[in-house]
Amino acid sequence: MEKLKYILFFAGLCCFALAGILSAVLPVAHLSRIPYQKLEQLVTAPSYEFLDLAQRYPDQMSKYYGQADAASFRDALRLGRDTYIAEACWHCHSQFVRPVSNEDLRFGKVSWAGEYMNEMFLPHLFGTRRVGPDLIRESGRHGNDWHAAHFYNPSLVVPTSVMPRYSWFFDGELPNKRGLAMIAYVQWLGSWATPEALAQQERSHAAK
Amino acid sequence: MSAISPAVPLAPSRTTGRPLVERPVIKAHFIAAFVFFFASLFSGLFFALQFSRIYPFPGVELLSPGRLRMIHTNGIAYGFLMNAFIALMYWIVPRVTGQPVLSRKLSWFVFWVWQAIVGVAAIGILGGRAQGIEWGETPTFVDPFVLIGGAFLAANIATPILKVRDKPLYVTLWYFSAMLVWLPLTYAMGNFVPQYFVPGAGGAAITGLFIHDLVGLTVTPLGWGMMYYLVPVILKKPIWSHTLSLAGFWGLAFFYPLNGVHHFFWSPIPMYAQYGAVMSTIAVEIVVFTVIVNFFMTLRGRGDALRTELPIRWFFSGMAMYFLTCLQCAFQATLTVQKVIHFSDWVVGHAHLVMFGVFGSWILGATVYVWPKVTARGWWSERLNYWNWWLSTLGILVMFFDLMAAGLVQGYLWQNLAPWEQSLIASMPFWHIRTISGIAIITGQLLQAFNMWMTARSAAPESALGAASQPALV
Repeated sequence: MEKLKYILFFAGLCCFALAGILSAVLPVAHLSRIPYQKLEQLVTAPSYEFLDLAQRYPDQMSKYYGQADAASFRDALRLGRDTYIAEACWHCHSQFVRPVSNEDLRFGKVSWAGEYMNEMFLPHLFGTRRVGPDLIRESGRHGNDWHAAHFYNPSLVVPTSVMPRYSWFFDGELPNKRGLAMIAYVQWLGSWATPEALAQQERSHAAK
Repeated sequence: MSAISPAVPLAPSRTTGRPLVERPVIKAHFIAAFVFFFASLFSGLFFALQFSRIYPFPGVELLSPGRLRMIHTNGIAYGFLMNAFIALMYWIVPRVTGQPVLSRKLSWFVFWVWQAIVGVAAIGILGGRAQGIEWGETPTFVDPFVLIGGAFLAANIATPILKVRDKPLYVTLWYFSAMLVWLPLTYAMGNFVPQYFVPGAGGAAITGLFIHDLVGLTVTPLGWGMMYYLVPVILKKPIWSHTLSLAGFWGLAFFYPLNGVHHFFWSPIPMYAQYGAVMSTIAVEIVVFTVIVNFFMTLRGRGDALRTELPIRWFFSGMAMYFLTCLQCAFQATLTVQKVIHFSDWVVGHAHLVMFGVFGSWILGATVYVWPKVTARGWWSERLNYWNWWLSTLGILVMFFDLMAAGLVQGYLWQNLAPWEQSLIASMPFWHIRTISGIAIITGQLLQAFNMWMTARSAAPESALGAASQPALV
């Protein structure tokens, strides 16, 4: 066992592969029974909040997104997700609700694997730190106005906030393409966890 | 026993006639390591200032705190740790094998490729092209080049190791050679699979594996390998137990990568993977204890070295903090403790204690030992080196205990359903102390770098003249 080729083979490859199989391949195979959805399948209509943005900021919306429809909403979601990654939002905000520590009381429905099996969670944005609150149930929790003010200068609406200002999301004081995308994206997070959808999920679980 | 003795005679290589160790390359890697170290340290400081609500550049897109936060972690991993460990591998591997690395030109090529990779990655992150993988925020267009650079590095360093045919390998080389296999596998897995192929919880399992393998299968084998060489050499006595060091190697290889999922406890990752991660994490602590026991037993009877040999003192404080981290880890990686501390500053404190308290201390100890030898000069100031030890050690300990306490406060406030703002208000004093402890650490490193600079610039002593072409003494 003291020969280099054994070290490289058993330690370098076999142990690595074993760990990969047990802690990655197996869960991934397990989860792959849940169908994967492209954004086009997942989002077929603009959200209420996106339509609301078109009313609040008509010039900015038509300038950057044209008509507020499903296609432009998907563009906004993708840009919002990319901006969320580029600004490292996910280093201070997680995107999963744990079944412990009263998190369901604070944030809402505990996360389940199925809600992440789509294009928007490739890569997943679970996060490992909460300086600010979890965001996976953020949809509809605040109004678009609140989010616009909050991105512009978080201290305006949350005096104790330590979140940075994102003035580059704005043309002057109006949200620009990225700002609108960020609002649309954050307002979308958890929009699928409606009471009706959750009741439907309960029924299908019970049927199984 | 010559096979396991690191003290191989250091004549120029018989086969190539080249000097055994290319000291300018090592020097360059050390300089690059410290350049990126400062980039990381100051990024961390600015990010900490954001928490104290006195950020110096508010509203500047390219210096956004979130982006600097990614410079901080990636700069430490790929800029500081990798450069310093590459330098130390170039120092150690030829000495243990009696063979120089593959080629001097290749060494310089790897050097510049690696600095270009880290530099371009930093620019990409600041420019908003970061990737959404923790510790893999290096932009996607940089990732293939990291693998290419890693392959050239592996070819360079594996060559002398492969030439050792007739005798068993010293354990340092086990760690280094296994790392050369693990690094590209880990990097490719973490940067490509969750990005392009596996969404959601499955992707999280893989990124957990990636984060953990980057620590466990890259940084840790490099650190352990380095310690198993430098400690016996500096103390001039063999390590206490060769067998234990080999047991540690196989324990590392087997248990360490199994831990990945412990970064996402209570997430939608299937629970069997989470239970497995709890058990293997606790098993890793036993593995780590082989290294700790081996170090302290080797040191036994030579306690005077803690006063007289600063590198040994750095190794000792690093090892003491290693014990602390790993003991902590065995508890915090249980599902019960996770309920409170997950997502909190406790974890941040843990990460700082591992990366700076342990591996940073070991690298700084190795720097104190190697830098005078690569520059062929005595230290410009011994006293500044000791100042850095005090500032860094006290700084990291204050930071660790401060963040650990902050994490408990945050975790319980969240659990008790206090308004979110309450956790921010309660964290403020801890965050201020963290900033101050960070400033102490940075001050120490500034003294260290200034000392290195003055040492390299000072006049060469008579006895060392002409030594540049000769291999330095062990």
